[in-house]
Amino acid sequence: MIWTSDPAAMQALGEEARAAHPQAVTGFSIAFGDLALDVLAKEVRGVLLWLRDHGRFQQLVDIAGADYPQRPLRFDVVYHLLSLTRNLRVRIKVQTDEDTPVPSVISVYSNAEWFEREAFDLYGVVFGDHPDLRRILTDYGFQGHPLRKDFPLTGYTQVRWNDELKRVVYEPVALEQEWRTWDFESPWEGADYLLPGDEKGKDVPGWG
Amino acid sequence: MADISDNKFTLNFGPQHPAAHGVLRLVLHLDGEVVERIDPHIGLLHRGTEKLMEARTYLQIIPYFDRLDYVSPMSQEHVLCLALERMIGLDVPLRGSLIRVLFLEMTRILNHLLNVGSVILDVGALSPPLWGYEEREKLMQFYEAASGARLHANYFRPGGVRQDLPEGLVEEIYAWTDHFPGVLDDIEGMVTHNRIFMQRNVDIGVVTKEQALDWGFTGVMLRGSGVPWDLRKSQPYECYPDLEFDIVVGKNGDCWDRYLCRMEEMRQSVRIMRQCCERLGTVKGPTLNENNKVTPPRRGDMKRSMESLIHHFKLFSEGFHVPAGEVYAAAEAPKGEFGVYLVSDGSSRPYRVKIAAPGFKHLQGMDVMTRGHMVADVSAILGTLDIVFGEIDR
Repeated sequence: MIWTSDPAAMQALGEEARAAHPQAVTGFSIAFGDLALDVLAKEVRGVLLWLRDHGRFQQLVDIAGADYPQRPLRFDVVYHLLSLTRNLRVRIKVQTDEDTPVPSVISVYSNAEWFEREAFDLYGVVFGDHPDLRRILTDYGFQGHPLRKDFPLTGYTQVRWNDELKRVVYEPVALEQEWRTWDFESPWEGADYLLPGDEKGKDVPGWG
Repeated sequence: MADISDNKFTLNFGPQHPAAHGVLRLVLHLDGEVVERIDPHIGLLHRGTEKLMEARTYLQIIPYFDRLDYVSPMSQEHVLCLALERMIGLDVPLRGSLIRVLFLEMTRILNHLLNVGSVILDVGALSPPLWGYEEREKLMQFYEAASGARLHANYFRPGGVRQDLPEGLVEEIYAWTDHFPGVLDDIEGMVTHNRIFMQRNVDIGVVTKEQALDWGFTGVMLRGSGVPWDLRKSQPYECYPDLEFDIVVGKNGDCWDRYLCRMEEMRQSVRIMRQCCERLGTVKGPTLNENNKVTPPRRGDMKRSMESLIHHFKLFSEGFHVPAGEVYAAAEAPKGEFGVYLVSDGSSRPYRVKIAAPGFKHLQGMDVMTRGHMVADVSAILGTLDIVFGEIDR
């Protein structure tokens, strides 16, 4: 069995959030047993504060970034909250781009600090009035934001110990073998395109 | 010459230090011997796991989960399988579920034995950790018998487990559960009320309920502070609702309470394992869902059925497709709530996998836990956090 939050409670919370913040909460959806609220980036702190104090969501579980390069606002910042007393989870999604800062929520949940540093490090999402927005996971002096979709999987530099210089040196990445990726994508259900000649089949009785 | 009369200085701890439990660099700001602030520098084990997963099919990313928290590999695989099962809508047969729970609790004991052992080691005793390692060795042999690997098992699959247990293994595990509580008694007899151990742990690193909630603590770090919250009870999964066990809750939220919680949790895990073993004796049947669009067909079928052969080929080249959407799945891993936020675009590879590791939040809270303590307490607090860098740095 797999437990999911109570659908009625999720529906009620979604509607309540929309009613309380009509400007900030632009919509909500329930899919795969999860409630997701779409929130405007500049209003996110207010909504989280309301969820913490009014909705009794005591814990911030996670903040994740995600990159959709085809959108004008290419980044998603996704907050997951947990209420221990109501046994309920909620996901808050905001959208932003490279330049627009998202308000930091450290004043609402203290553990947002490292999560925001991580999203900044891996995606380059900027958080306004974060007290200490340093890189966290990548190397000291790292350039770029590795989880963006336009960052290559193999990266740009590689390191090795140079015994003559007695230190670690950075060099452009040199692969013994090119990174190989095959496109196996094909629908299980068969092709939906026409092979040359197939269009004639329409005229034959019993075809098509 | 610099003014040294104020006694303040900065000390670098790690990244290579036996008490750092991996590669952790701590920058300690000290006033004499008292810690004023801690700045943990993490990421020295960053391997870009989340990026790598985006380039691989769902079946190929299961082994990456073993390598996150390499002390409790199967608990991590399990969460990915839960996420996929929820998105695809896949059931697990009862026997598969029982085997999963049996190995999940075994994993919990593996993890707690190492953690309790290293806490004891960090404050100066050597024998109890070695007794723990002896039992870990036996558990890893059970791992090997079931999956073929001692550590990085790659045993769970969406829809069940890779294969049924070999004959006689359930009886061996059952015999082990008879013997193991004696080892726990030995460790507890030697350590729990030992004067040195208590001096190093009682009232050290106290976390209040409010702090534990504010800093997002989970697992023993939360229960040690008196919050009865365990996902196995409150948001149950697998066949936990049918099994009898108790949630272990601490009182004072100090290092000693958390040590006691872990010891008692191991006894509860033994209790669950015994119930699983008993039920596995009677519950027969498949261990893996038989929907061959997601799970591979049996080897015997492939020899005789063309359709099975095609399924096998497609599963291991293209992989199965997951409906587009997002899901957050979480389970009670030994270290706390381990979550996976999975975004699928409908293809056979994940669009985004975010791993919500409990250790990340615990290490972040270390700064507030350590303020005002002595330098010697840093290693005791680090031990009680139960951190493994595989999952923190990803």
